[in-house]
Amino acid sequence: MAQSLGEYVRAYTARIKAGESGVLPVIAAMLAIMVVFTVISPNHVFLSPGNLVNLFQQAAVIMVLAMAEGFALILGEIDLSVGFVGACGAAITVQLIQPITTNWHWIPAILAGLLFCTVFGMIQGMLITRLRLPSFIVTLAGYLIANGVFLYILLRGPFSGYPNLAGLGDNLSIIYRLMWGAIDPTVSWIGAGVVVIGLGLFIWFGDSRRRRSGLVAPPASLSLVKIGLIAVVALVVVAICNTNRANLGTLEGVPWFIPIVLGVLGAWTILLQRTKFGRYVYAIGGNAEAARRAGINVSRVRTVGFALCSFTAGVAMLLYASLLGGMSNNVGGGQYVLYAVAAAVIGGTSLFGGRGKPLHGVLGGLVIAGIYNGLYLQGISSVEWQYIVTGLVLLAAVVIDAVSRRGAASGSVTRA
Amino acid sequence: MTGDMTAAVAEQHATGAPLLKVRGLDKHFGPVQALYHVELDLPYGKVTALCGDNGAGKSVLTKCIAGIYQPDHGEILWEGHPVHIRNARDSARLGIETVYQDLALADNLDIVQNMFLGRERVRSRLLDEDSMERAAAETLASLHVTTVRSIRQPVASLSGGQRQSVAVAKAVMWNSKLVIMDEPTAALGVAQTRQVLDLIKRLRDRGLAVMVISHNLTDVFEVADRIAVLYLGRLVVQDDASAMDLQTVVEYMTTGRYSRTGGTRARES
Repeated sequence: MAQSLGEYVRAYTARIKAGESGVLPVIAAMLAIMVVFTVISPNHVFLSPGNLVNLFQQAAVIMVLAMAEGFALILGEIDLSVGFVGACGAAITVQLIQPITTNWHWIPAILAGLLFCTVFGMIQGMLITRLRLPSFIVTLAGYLIANGVFLYILLRGPFSGYPNLAGLGDNLSIIYRLMWGAIDPTVSWIGAGVVVIGLGLFIWFGDSRRRRSGLVAPPASLSLVKIGLIAVVALVVVAICNTNRANLGTLEGVPWFIPIVLGVLGAWTILLQRTKFGRYVYAIGGNAEAARRAGINVSRVRTVGFALCSFTAGVAMLLYASLLGGMSNNVGGGQYVLYAVAAAVIGGTSLFGGRGKPLHGVLGGLVIAGIYNGLYLQGISSVEWQYIVTGLVLLAAVVIDAVSRRGAASGSVTRA
Repeated sequence: MTGDMTAAVAEQHATGAPLLKVRGLDKHFGPVQALYHVELDLPYGKVTALCGDNGAGKSVLTKCIAGIYQPDHGEILWEGHPVHIRNARDSARLGIETVYQDLALADNLDIVQNMFLGRERVRSRLLDEDSMERAAAETLASLHVTTVRSIRQPVASLSGGQRQSVAVAKAVMWNSKLVIMDEPTAALGVAQTRQVLDLIKRLRDRGLAVMVISHNLTDVFEVADRIAVLYLGRLVVQDDASAMDLQTVVEYMTTGRYSRTGGTRARES
């Protein structure tokens, strides 16, 4: 059943018609943003290496938060609490490593923060599944509670509510360098090469094994296109990052957060696409009753899904703390939730459950950060436009989602 | 896998006893008596149609056999031995698979993923997609389900008949001996109905016991070897389809009796 490229394209079109709009719209959006902002930005600074790394930084938090939200969305639920739950976790970590108070080592401090997030998510998940409460309301309550807990945690430590990561201690600087530290350029190239070769071999041998044993597999040409795309993206990203982006002195190399974001992407992609748990998450989002009849413990999968959502939110907001160089009470926890949902949906995750991938959060995060960054380059006065344009893009993404889904539903009815 | 199953079923088939016997089954919900002393045989290699008007107790009886409801009195004999089917898992362990009217398919998953839902094969904790896809393809081929373009397409993109076929294939893949189908041809067009009826005949030819619940008497006479009629919770008749005609069945369904000599009445103990 090895397919030719033409057959594969037809099957892909069928998938799009069946409601899986895939990543094409978001890639089109990314190209449009790139072209528009490059043209209109002063001195075409949008595409300069320094600005692009800046854009990646802004995107990283949204990307990871969108991957967190992905668990809830694929389950057919929503989690409004991710921003502040994650902020609580990050605030716990930042407080615990303060040298003049608790002075914890950074590893247990991070684990404590993430543990808080996981437990918070698990409690929300249990309320949603055991008491059959709507996730919208439970996580709205969670949002308010987490907001309050966050402020409480901030006031416990030094700097009267503004614990920061400034200082010479290794502990503080490790968290700070999550966003601001860079890997040596040579090591960056080697690392990128290892990742590309590893993924390439995996894709090539996996696909050709399936072709040989007569299973549904993409044609060799498409496997090569995939590998080529990965190589090009890696090449471009590393080339951008390895360009000196400092106005004064040297600042080059791939920032730490890029492998962190890719690690989250890889781990959650494997979990969702290649394990039983992941399969059940999709099945519940697609048809919870069918999942229940198939003997799946629906409550447990949902609860674990919410716990993983909050855990990932903790990682995202830790990156945010690093970006800010500390934590303060004007963290945009509420705004970031909306960005996370928007990024996931813009990337191709369905709001109606059952469809979506971690990769969608990453691509959608780039789009939102692109808008944010591009408008910022036009001047401070454009803050209001950031909201308006992001809102419009979200609306467009939801319309694409709903229309493609309706197309799928009406298609199967007429053929029934 | 399918070869083994056919051999095993054929061996038991030779003993002549029905696969499943329902004896003196009562079920009530509060003051409402849903089933009253029901006696029903489901033999190997036969399609038994269960007919009855709305509220006659068809789905209650089905759910008692599938383990979703517990009968108040009476017993169920499986291969001659009394069994207690406490839940859907018990019935699946015996080899009973039910295809409900809503099919219980997840639209967003592909055919292979649906067929293995809840019983995925894993190798070192990761899903063994290759082996699942091979097994699903074999099962579909053995049932002559050949109209689907790719078994990796999401179920949402299938026609009604194809979805029904996938649901049936999912049911027979697990060494099942009895397949219960609830209104398999409802909401299907002519060609799709044809496809599903042929599929039911193939299950019978493999030696499986099949129970079909249907309102559509044309389809019933087309596919059934035996017909049983429920009327207000009583099983009023069960006989070979050849011994009955449309008129008889309609009369049993609407009045519970038949004025002329027709099929043998079910024993009332």
